[in-house]
Amino acid sequence: MWFTILIYVFLVIGVFFNLLGSFGLLRFPDVYTRLHAGTKCTTFGSIFLIGAVFLIGLKPWLLQGDADGSVLALHAAIALAAILLTNPTGAHAIARAAHKSGVKPVQAVIDVLDAPKKKPATKKKTPKKTTAKTTIKKKKEEA
Amino acid sequence: MMELFSTEILITLLFLSLSIFIAIIRIILGPTAPDRVVGLDTVNTVVISSMVLFGAFTQQIIFIDVAIVYALLSFISTLFIAKYLQGGEL
Repeated sequence: MWFTILIYVFLVIGVFFNLLGSFGLLRFPDVYTRLHAGTKCTTFGSIFLIGAVFLIGLKPWLLQGDADGSVLALHAAIALAAILLTNPTGAHAIARAAHKSGVKPVQAVIDVLDAPKKKPATKKKTPKKTTAKTTIKKKKEEA
Repeated sequence: MMELFSTEILITLLFLSLSIFIAIIRIILGPTAPDRVVGLDTVNTVVISSMVLFGAFTQQIIFIDVAIVYALLSFISTLFIAKYLQGGEL
């Protein structure tokens, strides 16, 4: 009973966030905001949809001791891990490529990444460490 | 026996195909190339989740295996398109 309600809730949340991500992709004015909508919302929705499949596989295993669904649950968990590892990395790469290819954010006032870089502060030269050989040479010179 | 949740999964797949359709509109409209790449990435993610749901619908595990491979290949293709956009050498 509780499993069935949980599966329904997961399916509804997943569908809602996937639709929200697609509408955001259609409505936002800019590459970066579109990326924000189209990647985060679909990742969140996919977590819940694959979680629902995981629960569908897990339910008879936990309640009735029937291990038929365990393969389904395990493979769904592996697919979820693949999505969670690859999706944010891809989004980061797209945003970096868009900024490097010259697409500006529409309403932004200050673009921190585009500001001229400060010159790196020149490091003071560290005095050479006195190794054993140099100390021996110094002693010889003194003598 | 496992419960099937057939009608619920079918309704979910219907809404997911609507979501894919909206993302394809963005791919067609998109003024710059990164817009189209973002739409393609969204389509890929939704296709992966709908493949997993379809595997639960038909009780065949091979759809979920295909979804895993599809996720990794789409990630690699996204990375290479991004590298091409920022002007790197392929």
